[in-house]
Amino acid sequence: MLAPSTSAAGVRDNPPVTAAGSGRARLGWVVPALLPAINLALALLLSAVVVLLIGESPTRALWLLASGAFGNAEAIGYTLYYATNFIFTGLAVAVAFHGGLFNIGAEGQAYIGGLVVALLCLGAGGWPAVLVMVAATVAAAAGGAAWAFVPAWLQAKRGSHVVITTIMFNFIASAVMTHLLVNVLIKPGQQSPETREFAPSAWMPQLHDLARSIGWEIGRSPVNLSLILALAMGGLVWLYLWHTRWGYELRALGHNETAAIYGGIQPARTVIVALSISGALAGLMSLNEVMGVQHRLLLNFPGGAGYVGIAVALMGRNHPVGIVIAAVLFGALYQGGSELSFDMPKLTRDLVVVIQGLIILVCGALEHALRAPLDSLFRRPARASAGS
Amino acid sequence: MSDSGLLLALLAAATARGATPLVLAALGGLFAERSGIVDIGLEGKMLASAFAAAATAAVTGSAWAGLAAGIAAAVVVGLVHGFACITHHGNQVVSGMALNITISGLTVVLGYAWFHEGGQTPLLGPGARFAPIELPGVSALGAIPGLGLIYREVLSGHNLLVYIAAVAVPAVAWIVYRTRFGLRLRAVGESPGAVDTAGISVSAVRYRALAVSGVLCGLSGAYLSIAHNASFIRDMSAGKGYLALAALIFGQWRPAPTLAACLLFAFADVVQARLQGTPLPLVGVVPVQIIQAIPYVLTVLLLAGFVGRAVAPRAIGVPYLKER
Repeated sequence: MLAPSTSAAGVRDNPPVTAAGSGRARLGWVVPALLPAINLALALLLSAVVVLLIGESPTRALWLLASGAFGNAEAIGYTLYYATNFIFTGLAVAVAFHGGLFNIGAEGQAYIGGLVVALLCLGAGGWPAVLVMVAATVAAAAGGAAWAFVPAWLQAKRGSHVVITTIMFNFIASAVMTHLLVNVLIKPGQQSPETREFAPSAWMPQLHDLARSIGWEIGRSPVNLSLILALAMGGLVWLYLWHTRWGYELRALGHNETAAIYGGIQPARTVIVALSISGALAGLMSLNEVMGVQHRLLLNFPGGAGYVGIAVALMGRNHPVGIVIAAVLFGALYQGGSELSFDMPKLTRDLVVVIQGLIILVCGALEHALRAPLDSLFRRPARASAGS
Repeated sequence: MSDSGLLLALLAAATARGATPLVLAALGGLFAERSGIVDIGLEGKMLASAFAAAATAAVTGSAWAGLAAGIAAAVVVGLVHGFACITHHGNQVVSGMALNITISGLTVVLGYAWFHEGGQTPLLGPGARFAPIELPGVSALGAIPGLGLIYREVLSGHNLLVYIAAVAVPAVAWIVYRTRFGLRLRAVGESPGAVDTAGISVSAVRYRALAVSGVLCGLSGAYLSIAHNASFIRDMSAGKGYLALAALIFGQWRPAPTLAACLLFAFADVVQARLQGTPLPLVGVVPVQIIQAIPYVLTVLLLAGFVGRAVAPRAIGVPYLKER
């Protein structure tokens, strides 16, 4: 039995083409566009209650959040740097969702991807920078895919539920990485569990440096070339899902397993391919953190980005365009949230985690609760016109 | 002899203390999952209860008020899960994850704002937490060699919630296998359509199951913050809810084997804490992190059918739609 994500996967692929007539079709885009906005508003409203409970002004908090995220070039850079992580993990979760699979393991897959990247970068002392970048991209994807492959294989061949196995694999990854960083990879003569710094040729170029080299000054921020890679991956995922046979098979499987098998699709192979791609996307997230910003392997560097990916995928309705928009939104929440806690000492940036959880709740779990009334709201005029 | 006997007794007592939150949460999960609702939210319910219990106990100075608040918080979280999954047929895994994430943030935000101790709650005094209970006649019976040692070191000297957990296992087994509610619970998890045909509300049974799950998770969370420890610390459940879920699966959704799995996982943790840096015969020093990963690896192996076979309730994860 696959993860019963009738809600999550089915969302985008339910084009409201019904017998109700042209009026319905014309308004078909309204619900998909309006629903995320209403979801966000609802989640923010619930968070406002929390802010009120603490005794601060929600409107001022929202203003501080927004200006902290978009107030100047530097802030925007930080927002985009966080967004880069969330694009990767959001795409990872979304690819799995399309097959009716719920990959909770993006966190662990990114972690293992980072391990492989770090090992490569530590060993690539004298390599040319371009070669390191290409090799690291392959390595990150391979590491993440490998960590997703085992749960995928177990789901496809042994019937073990991917939700539980990916959760377990997150814990196993965390244990393995702590062991490696504390006992093996740690820089000698140092207390904190992290590797030594990579040689500068193994750093992902940051965008402000690239911009300066063509004579264009932008604010200093950690946003780096992986943002471009993330956007490119969005395009590739779009091609994969809607313009390849593999993507078609995956979506067919997600809609109706019985029909897909009847149509000659092999569920086992499709599941393994999709989850491996999902893991590879999650693994790529480590390029941004490990190669782009920290330039070393740190304990727990994914920092929950794998879980944010769930919120991003749900809010972006599992479509790359939606995911990029949602990822920027969450990047803004993370960046604005840390600024917010400076100006409002009573609030911690954990408020962002609350908003994130509430968004998953209203976008994902309570999706039907909002969708039905909204659908009927926009269906009624169409029915009337069809009747007349 | 008496030295190694004492060591074994201390290990057993530590295992009992470590297993208590797992047992309570796993039994809670048993109700939810046997009714057909995936309960990833064990972690969140534990954490919510731990925070509510510690905050209330800190303010009122009463451990019982703390316990009541902890249970209430966990039940509310369970009912929100029910509202999303039962009433609105939402995805149960998504809802559970959402609640876990929301609560992991909310407990810190509220704790930070209310107590100004960086997300912790104030340290609790003796009256505000459940103290160890000395069983009657320990001083007299403890002198008996062998059995006296077990009575004195293993059975006596735990707090109330440890004993509640011990009683809860047979109680849950009795409810699930011997009562009308238990029969309906299992039926709803296997074949909700048949239960509906018999004129019993599937939703009502599932809501009740989630409420019971909330009560047990509430006990589990309260154990963490006002019995085993003396304050709430951020992310204090630290994956114990997921570990309880793993124990539930490992115990094949049955009370007694689930207890065995919890004891096994807790024992691995105790051994890991004891063994730090001590070389073992044949393998040398085993890194603690590798021992910590054992429960998760075992669960994966079980799910894959390499160690026994885990057969989940048939209707688990599927929202029940009365009309098509």
